[in-house]
Amino acid sequence: MDTATLTYALNTFWVLFAAVLVFFMQTGFALVEAGFSRTKNTTNILFKNLMDFCMGTIAFWLIGYGIMYGTGSGFFGELEIFSKVNHALAVGIPNSAFFIFQLVFAATAATIVSGAMAERTKFKAYLMYSVAITAIIYPVSGHWVWGGGWLSTMETPFHDFAGSTVVHSMGGWLALLGAAFLGPRIGKYKKGKVNAIPGHSLTLAALGVFILWLGWFGFNPGSTLGLADPDLVAHIFITTNGAAAAGGIATLIVTWIRYGKPTFSLTLNGVLAGLVAITAGCDVVTPGGAIVIGFLAGILVVFSVEFLDKKLKVDDPVGAVSVHGVCGAFGTLMVGLFSNSPDLLGLFYGGDTSVLVSQLIGVLAIAAWAGVAGTVLFAILKYTIGIRVSTKEEEIGLDYFEHGEKAYN
Amino acid sequence: MKMKKIEAIIRKSQLDEVVDALHEIGIDFLTYWNVTGVGNEKSSSIYRATVYETRLIERIYLSFVCREIYVDLACNAIVNAARTGEMGDGKIFISSVDESIRIRTGEKGPESLYIKE
Repeated sequence: MDTATLTYALNTFWVLFAAVLVFFMQTGFALVEAGFSRTKNTTNILFKNLMDFCMGTIAFWLIGYGIMYGTGSGFFGELEIFSKVNHALAVGIPNSAFFIFQLVFAATAATIVSGAMAERTKFKAYLMYSVAITAIIYPVSGHWVWGGGWLSTMETPFHDFAGSTVVHSMGGWLALLGAAFLGPRIGKYKKGKVNAIPGHSLTLAALGVFILWLGWFGFNPGSTLGLADPDLVAHIFITTNGAAAAGGIATLIVTWIRYGKPTFSLTLNGVLAGLVAITAGCDVVTPGGAIVIGFLAGILVVFSVEFLDKKLKVDDPVGAVSVHGVCGAFGTLMVGLFSNSPDLLGLFYGGDTSVLVSQLIGVLAIAAWAGVAGTVLFAILKYTIGIRVSTKEEEIGLDYFEHGEKAYN
Repeated sequence: MKMKKIEAIIRKSQLDEVVDALHEIGIDFLTYWNVTGVGNEKSSSIYRATVYETRLIERIYLSFVCREIYVDLACNAIVNAARTGEMGDGKIFISSVDESIRIRTGEKGPESLYIKE
């Protein structure tokens, strides 16, 4: 085997292996969401997590991939039905490897939303939603950043290495809209008071978070799309892990001070907040910078969860909006401050504000797209097939009414 | 001979001691449930960003039917075994039982009770 072939093989191996890790994050999401839901809705939430990957695979393959990576214009790729166009030529891996890696990312964005809409969303409506996000909503804004679209061709390009904004904020903002359109679960707000509706298993939630953490070692380092720069890949392992750890510690401290006891259910979110926040800049920040970003995200997530719960009164059973939407946007902006890359110097390393401004434009543009597309989608679903189950179904449980099959017997 | 039903609400931690004490005086069969009640005791719980008070108190509810002559012995046994001296040790309720039938043999009355002399 000559060196070129070996390089090609190694890069391909790394991307496929990373794709497997990112695929495993589906398990993580499924367990986190199941753990934070009640027993009576467990089949339903697991089923949604299973089906969004199934529907997403076909939908992203059918048109999503072409829309995201087709040349097209700055705003939209190409409609290539079951695209066979080789979009991976430039990065030096087989098109199939690139496709599967992009597919698992699209499915990650899709699956974020099920948690925020848990315990009250009609199964049918969720299936429709999962097709819409993987076929159109995610690929369009993905094209802007990763498919050669307008955000990547600005004078100072928008930098989102592995998708704090492209994947996580996108999912987070759709989650916010979905949860807002649905309204809170019965019993969440009674006589103006916020009630806790404890999930049925913090054991499952903890396992899910560990799996997500593991999956992130594919999500971020895998986004190098090869092993051409082993130092960079290893560096991203360090920044990713450091931010997760710092996020957990920050949430631990904040909850301990604020609620009098260290709170496990939120600290699980804190780890994820750190991971989401570092995803945009994991390649350009120093390990120290990563720890600061993760730590700040771990603080932010607590106040965001409280704000949603107590001020906005949007009921997000798993904290998806805060973790993915808010901390994703936050982490993307932090690239403008903490980036240490010579081409992209952040404010704290002697750069000017241009990077920060570009980051802000990207965050706002994608939030706006998510806002418009999500509003249209959820409004259509709400006023046609309906998005919320009946009161009786919600009280007795979606497992029994939607599926006739309980998770626990 | 009359039959009595004895029901007691006790702490979960005292179950083994109560069962042993009843066994010593010859009561070998009883039924119990894990129950949750509401009382004055409150404890603060936290779930995600919400701090809330729970008033749910977990106890064991146990029940058995015996001949009247056992009642004092049984109650003493329960009281001694279940008492910790703290608030919330529980209560015992005694009531009369009209009839009792052993399903296997059809025996009626005290003869049908598990506890035979």
